[in-house]
Amino acid sequence: MAFLELDGVGKQFGSQTVVDDFSLAVERGEFISFLGPSGCGKTTTLQMIAGFLEPSRGAIRLEGRDLTKVHPAKRGLGIVFQSYALFPHMTAAENVAFGLEMRNVKRNERAKRVGAALAMVGLKGFEERYPRRMSGGQQQRVALARALVIQPSVLLLDEPLSNLDAKLREEMQIELRQIQRTIGTTTILVTHDQNEAMSLSDRIVVMSQGRIEQIGTPQQTYERPASAFVSQFLGKTNDFAANVDRTAQPARLVAGSWHAPAPVGVTDTVTISLRPERISFADSGLAAKIVTRIFQGNHWLFQCETECGPAIVIRQNDGSPQPGEGEAVRLDWRVEDMSLRASGGAA
Amino acid sequence: MTAAADTSTQTAETRASWALTLPALMLFVGVLVIPLLMTVMLSFHDWGQYKGIEPVFILKNWQEIASDPYYAEMFWRTFRIALLATLITAVLGAPEAYILNRMSGRWKGIFLLLILGPLLISVVARTLGWALLFGGNNGLVNKLLMSLGLIRAPLPFMFTETGMVVALAHVMMPFMVLSVWAALQRVDPQIENAAMSLGAGAFTIIRRIILPQIMPGVLSGAIIVFSLSASAFATPAIIGGRRLKVAATLAYDEFLNTLNWPLGAAVAVLLLLALVLIVVGSNALIERRYAEVFR
Repeated sequence: MAFLELDGVGKQFGSQTVVDDFSLAVERGEFISFLGPSGCGKTTTLQMIAGFLEPSRGAIRLEGRDLTKVHPAKRGLGIVFQSYALFPHMTAAENVAFGLEMRNVKRNERAKRVGAALAMVGLKGFEERYPRRMSGGQQQRVALARALVIQPSVLLLDEPLSNLDAKLREEMQIELRQIQRTIGTTTILVTHDQNEAMSLSDRIVVMSQGRIEQIGTPQQTYERPASAFVSQFLGKTNDFAANVDRTAQPARLVAGSWHAPAPVGVTDTVTISLRPERISFADSGLAAKIVTRIFQGNHWLFQCETECGPAIVIRQNDGSPQPGEGEAVRLDWRVEDMSLRASGGAA
Repeated sequence: MTAAADTSTQTAETRASWALTLPALMLFVGVLVIPLLMTVMLSFHDWGQYKGIEPVFILKNWQEIASDPYYAEMFWRTFRIALLATLITAVLGAPEAYILNRMSGRWKGIFLLLILGPLLISVVARTLGWALLFGGNNGLVNKLLMSLGLIRAPLPFMFTETGMVVALAHVMMPFMVLSVWAALQRVDPQIENAAMSLGAGAFTIIRRIILPQIMPGVLSGAIIVFSLSASAFATPAIIGGRRLKVAATLAYDEFLNTLNWPLGAAVAVLLLLALVLIVVGSNALIERRYAEVFR
């Protein structure tokens, strides 16, 4: 039995279905991300777990007991809000102590645990500061300490890093992952940032329009996207229309001048989905012309016009000479680097 | 740019800014400062039944106010009424604003209009409404209660302090609701969920999380209501009449009935001084108390 279980959960506002048939089994200690564009229902799902919204359908179970029957104040979940929602009239220490106070933890014990929690998030010495006088990153840490000090069974993070600048966000990602690994709290993160989801999670739940598109490890969702939506949403992707040439022996999969032995079971026309960094310049393959070449430090970004439409190619900046703008090139890739979808499903 | 040129631009800028503020400044001095100073001077002039106002400098009026217990009682009544009206608006207005803030869009608009609606009606009309409801034997409510046999005599409302407090609280309510409402707008909408997720019940959330955050709004609303109530004229004049005087109605009577302008001026100046002291003092207290939390 899974630790946290969502079984066919749905949420309806009037006639509008916001979350539909959401089923997920979370193991103890796992770090799960709900990833999707805004309005895909990820925050609604989180709020149903937290208890701020009641599901219209389905069940949510924590260690086998029905969570929807439990009042949100009694669920014992730790939540970090996008706005942090710190209590502005309390110091950092008072903020962190609040949850313990509600649990009637004795004063001595409370002080000890608050001190430990603040030290864990690197805020030793900030006990008496008011939130207004702290930076965004520090407020974020207080919010995390406040959620963790009550030793929650599940930690829910609602876009916790979206208000931080890029550099700080990256630091906090690493720190968040380390803290989560150390204390082993089962964690659910809601985010629209695919990098954040990939660098933090054990598994990603990709959502679109209230439905689950794919559940898988970061590698699985990136390398083997289950739908056009997933491949588009998780990083850049190239789609080429291809068809199977049965006149050749053995049958060949053909996209423009590029061809390879047709994989088993592939018939008719398909869409080849390919990550830009998996394409290389070669002597033979898809004919293309480089339109623009952009230097991005550790890699080059090429925008090409190919026989099968526009494409993006990324090459590592390994010091080797790269083709220039306007140059005619051939694009090649390994069969195992592409994923195939039946045509018509292309976005 | 040389230092000399720099200085000259600076003086030119200063001159320009003075010139620009001059019209407003003249208006301020002309319609507020000068009449106020004249009122202060007037309070030191002499007055007699037959000789009228004599422009001399004496302390007669001030001595009269200080020595006659009538004035002490009247000022004490003024501030007691204002304080009670303030307390009622705070106790009723703060929850009112909180409930209003939690309403959904359409209802919020309707009820906000209902709360602000009275501001569109003249204070005189609103106060006369109270008089129609409770005025002696013919008051609607009194009539109804008496015909139901619930009371024998009409409820004492007109010419009572209770009546004045109730009517003032009604008139001042929008100011308190608006002030608390403004403070509630600054409260993070997720903060109640945050407190709830940490295990706080509904009552604890209001007492420990919401109330401390809207307290500055309640207090600034209290300052507005208190100063407006203490200097209110129309409501005490209609409900209290000649029998139950407050500072504002007393000053009015001295000016227009007795024609003792200097005494009226002294009462008005004393009321102004007391209010300024109370408002500035409590404002400083509030700012010091909440400076650390709310900048």
